[in-house]
Amino acid sequence: MNVPTGYIVGLSAVLFALGVLGVLVRRNAIVMFMSVELMLNAANLALIAFARQRAELSGQVFVFFIIGVAAAEVAVGLALIVAIFKTKHSIDVDQVSGLRG
Amino acid sequence: MTTDLLIFFGLAAVAIWTAVCTLLSRNAVYSALFLVLNFLTVAVFFLLLQAAFIALVQVTVYAGAIMVLFLFVIMLLGAERVETQPSLPWQAPVAAGLTVVLFGLMALAFALSPASPGAGPSPSDAFGSPAAVGEVLFRDYLLPFEVTSILLLVAMVGAIVLTRRPRPKETP
Repeated sequence: MNVPTGYIVGLSAVLFALGVLGVLVRRNAIVMFMSVELMLNAANLALIAFARQRAELSGQVFVFFIIGVAAAEVAVGLALIVAIFKTKHSIDVDQVSGLRG
Repeated sequence: MTTDLLIFFGLAAVAIWTAVCTLLSRNAVYSALFLVLNFLTVAVFFLLLQAAFIALVQVTVYAGAIMVLFLFVIMLLGAERVETQPSLPWQAPVAAGLTVVLFGLMALAFALSPASPGAGPSPSDAFGSPAAVGEVLFRDYLLPFEVTSILLLVAMVGAIVLTRRPRPKETP
């Protein structure tokens, strides 16, 4: 695909901004978490675009590591959400105010 | 060139539309399914950008394993639609404004950055193939690779510890 790298980075920026909007607006913890995945994915897209432009494979290896770390993050994050649901019977982030002083 | 631009804008429209639907769906299951579509679209982008191996990893790990985990937890908790009334009525407009500001800043940074140095060297056909990525991964990035495996092990142990039942008091 012979498209200027700028276009793909622009699409990546749009997807990242949508992820930020999701984290800020939604209060369902699982949907917020999915928005975080959206942001990670947007960053991956930019890295792949730059890797293609520079003809440098390190960018693709970084994306590989990001996907691995995201898998670990999802496992721990979803375990936390399950643990919170067990005690609060809700995953609305407004209800999780146990640390408020 | 024109065909490439048509493909790009079509795929970009699908990606943005699925992302918006992910945010707007009232039901978390629909959100997850739209997110799967988004990941698949991005995987097609990876394929078109000569990253075949990463595209396959994206489909198997992201669209496969991670989203199955999400759907499993959503259905396990029965938490499809637990959205209560917002306690802060001004939250959504302020969030939208902040997002627009963030996007404006990114556009500004992009506009002010020095022009990219042209197309650069044109990658060969083997660029991004599993063999090429594997060579770089196991030659230049072997230590980070091993650290990632330890990280995954720690995450697995952490997930098990976080979700296990509290052990009943042992009687002497």
